[in-house]
Amino acid sequence: MTDITSLSVTEMRAGLDSKEFSCVELTKAFLDKADSASSLNCFTELCVEGAQQSAQEIDSLLKQGKSSPLLGIPVGIKDVICTKGVRTTAASAILKNFIPPYDATVVRRLKTAGTVTLGKLNMDEFAMGSSNENSIFGPVKNPWNPAYVPGGSSGGSAAAVAAGLCPISLGTDTGGSIRQPASFCGITGLKPTYGRVSRYGVIAYASSLDQVGGFARNVHDCALITQAICGRDPNDATSANIDVPDFTKALGKDIKGLRVGIPKEYFVSGLDPEVSAALKNAISVLEGLGAVAVEVSLPHTDAAVAVYYILAPAEASSNLARYDGIRYGHRASGQLDLKTLYAKSRSEGFGREVQRRILVGTYVLSAGYYDAFYIKAQKVRTLIKRDFENAFAQHCDVIVAPTAPNLPFKIGEKLSDPLQMYLNDIFTIPVNLAGLPGMSVPCGISASGLPLGLQLIGKPWDEETLFTVASAYEGATDWHTKRPTPQRA
Amino acid sequence: MEFETVIGLEVHVQLSTKSKIFCNASAAYGGEPNEYIDPVTLGLPGALPVTNRRAVEFAIMLGLATHCEIRRFNRFARKHYFYPDLPKGYQISQFDEPICERGHVDFYMGETKRTVGLKRIHMEEDAGKNIHDSRTAASLVDLNRAGVPLLEIVSEPEIRSPAEAAAYLRAVRQLVRYLEVSDGNMEEGSLRCDANISLRPVGELKFGTRTEIKNLNSFKFVERALEYEIARQYAILKAGNQVVQQTLLFDSEAGTTRPMRSKEESADYRYFPDPDLPPVIVEESWVHDVKGRLPRLPAEWANELVSEHGLSLYDATVLTAERAFVEYYHQVVAACGNSKAACNWVTSEFFGALNKAGLDLSQTPVKAVDLGELIKLVDDETISGKMAKSVFEEMFATSKPPSTIVQEKGLKQLSNDDDILAVIRKEFDSNPGQLAGYLGGNDRLHGFFVGLVMKATGGSANPKKVNDLIRQEATARKSA
Repeated sequence: MTDITSLSVTEMRAGLDSKEFSCVELTKAFLDKADSASSLNCFTELCVEGAQQSAQEIDSLLKQGKSSPLLGIPVGIKDVICTKGVRTTAASAILKNFIPPYDATVVRRLKTAGTVTLGKLNMDEFAMGSSNENSIFGPVKNPWNPAYVPGGSSGGSAAAVAAGLCPISLGTDTGGSIRQPASFCGITGLKPTYGRVSRYGVIAYASSLDQVGGFARNVHDCALITQAICGRDPNDATSANIDVPDFTKALGKDIKGLRVGIPKEYFVSGLDPEVSAALKNAISVLEGLGAVAVEVSLPHTDAAVAVYYILAPAEASSNLARYDGIRYGHRASGQLDLKTLYAKSRSEGFGREVQRRILVGTYVLSAGYYDAFYIKAQKVRTLIKRDFENAFAQHCDVIVAPTAPNLPFKIGEKLSDPLQMYLNDIFTIPVNLAGLPGMSVPCGISASGLPLGLQLIGKPWDEETLFTVASAYEGATDWHTKRPTPQRA
Repeated sequence: MEFETVIGLEVHVQLSTKSKIFCNASAAYGGEPNEYIDPVTLGLPGALPVTNRRAVEFAIMLGLATHCEIRRFNRFARKHYFYPDLPKGYQISQFDEPICERGHVDFYMGETKRTVGLKRIHMEEDAGKNIHDSRTAASLVDLNRAGVPLLEIVSEPEIRSPAEAAAYLRAVRQLVRYLEVSDGNMEEGSLRCDANISLRPVGELKFGTRTEIKNLNSFKFVERALEYEIARQYAILKAGNQVVQQTLLFDSEAGTTRPMRSKEESADYRYFPDPDLPPVIVEESWVHDVKGRLPRLPAEWANELVSEHGLSLYDATVLTAERAFVEYYHQVVAACGNSKAACNWVTSEFFGALNKAGLDLSQTPVKAVDLGELIKLVDDETISGKMAKSVFEEMFATSKPPSTIVQEKGLKQLSNDDDILAVIRKEFDSNPGQLAGYLGGNDRLHGFFVGLVMKATGGSANPKKVNDLIRQEATARKSA
């Protein structure tokens, strides 16, 4: 028998429907595999009992002849998304024993779709990071080479899918946290348009930028998980009341005549030559499929990282104020006065990078600095958004770019230099600031044997074009079929 | 040097919406500690606020009733500070863009009309309550109140005396109760008041240094605290010293103000627009629709009572104190057609009886139509005013309509002249000695005959008629 964990979701669907294997068997295969690959450190929690129980329930549904796209498909969930009764930590000491009494809307939607939750996936603490090194559970290792980072902050979600520990997973993306790890792990990841997916129950980092999305090993599977989580949620006032199309219908379409924008500002010094070469190859492939490459300009690109590192910390400093040790989460021990209780609980509970961003955020919101930083950054954010609007209105249907300016780096390599780390997200951050959908698909393997990603950026609410282009590209290349060789523990 | 008092009030009104301002948890008062909570109220990780449009509508209603401009584009802001009763570490409020601005509240102090300008009315969420249990030395947090919608009404510093401050506060309470956006209950904290106060030399335009007195939770405390604070500031200024700008608490037992602990005072709140809440757009059509559904307001009622019902301003003020009063009054008038008598009955007998019984108007045993009917019985001389009072007592005790009581007790007034004259003649004839004295000019004997007639008729004779007819009969006998 073939390794059922290597099947696509569509193949699993067929296997489950034809009773070739049961959901219990499928679930067990993944749980066993997760167990054997524990050295990658992808999971913060494996829901062995819960998964087996749901698998049994789903098997009885399958026996009754029930079927739907994700019925019985195992998933992993980033540990920043609340799961009722299952510990949810945001990889932070401050929430290390937090068990939510409620499911996030996306979790509820996946349950409704019939998925089996295998467990919670490792990440950078509070989704702050680009390497998955900021976690109380320790770093996640890149399945392609365990000396390397898987990217972040959804490192566990990406690495788990790349290593075949789950076929699909959920991550979140605030400045590139789905796309960059998808790129570093050689898989597909989509951050939908801001407002497309409910944030209810997703532990907030930067509310105006956070968006949930899916990881998968191919574009079709990515469309399936995206489909399951999208749509208006009355519990999230920022979720949009816009119809969700059938994304699978966007797959396999012709891209002849489609105008593909290449932002000239993205080809700057500092871009890794291998990344540049891979992108040029990818553009040639798209042209070969009939797309028309056009140069576009996004003139405010160079301000994006600065803007992001004002706005995201500002919102984070506010969003993380609730972790005060009073109602839940870590509380410093001892008889302390109120002020000391707050200071100690938070100092003990938050890691260095989180503290750094809380301090930056508190600073930029302070009286006397607010106008110079926060207000100014908001204005530049509008300009960045306008750059994209102009490009889409006048020149192109989709924008392609590298997902990250460099190859995956070694664990520890950039930890001491936050600015270098922040620059990793230079091509992904503008997309969050503009609220656009962005996708990363595998587009190469470096000489050192590490994967590279192609980023596709769409108009607001136009995930369909991303799926169309991604599926056309996938059909013309075989990068998505490349798998890391299983690493020895 | 003489000083002028400058007072501005910040009034917090808790709205009587069913659910909280940003979630579905109940906004009810009371409950077991932490009964009315949900993930949003608790500030759980991942919980998100969603604006309760009813709360926004209540703000529009109060804004219209106070002649404010209503803002179209409404943003909520986060106000940050750490306190155990504040679950998220920030309060969702409005900062520099309040929903209502530049209005005014009109009210009477005695016969004088006063107008106090409003700077703004903004929406925000209430905090929970910290409870310090002295028995166990524990501090406990009850979040039932956290997230209950509040309107903060900020007046211009145009109030000139403690009595005026209390009158303004009463007017605000009256308005929110007419609009039914709040019960305005100060004891339960649905209406809370902070006062800013300063003194300045008469004629000076610049404001003096002000102090802020927090949490004044009764009309009486507002007046007493301000009176104390005026005297305190006056003594400081008279002595040539400077008032220190600070936040004070009123100690109602000592009758004094004292500084609040400094850590509870304002810090840098780091306001910024709440990214979880899209702006609430108040369309013109919405405002128009609310305007159309606004109930009649106390000033309108009072004007009508004076100009069309011929009532005094005082009576109009008493009757319009509560929407229920004036509505009741109107039903009484509709039933009897006598506005002055209705006013007298409602404000004295009826309110007196309610008060004595400790009842609210909503619990009244006497229906307005019945009270109207009672007045009608007096007006058409079916019963006397004196009888009416005892009938009313019976109505209040039994809720029976007055006609039933009159019938049951045989209380019908004897008003027929011939019948009364017959009794008078009989009594005159039976008491020739007293009659001679009376006819001879001893007017004290008039009362004697009135008493006899009333006694003979079992008190049912119309007293006015008895008086008149005795005199008429005496005159007739004298000239005979």
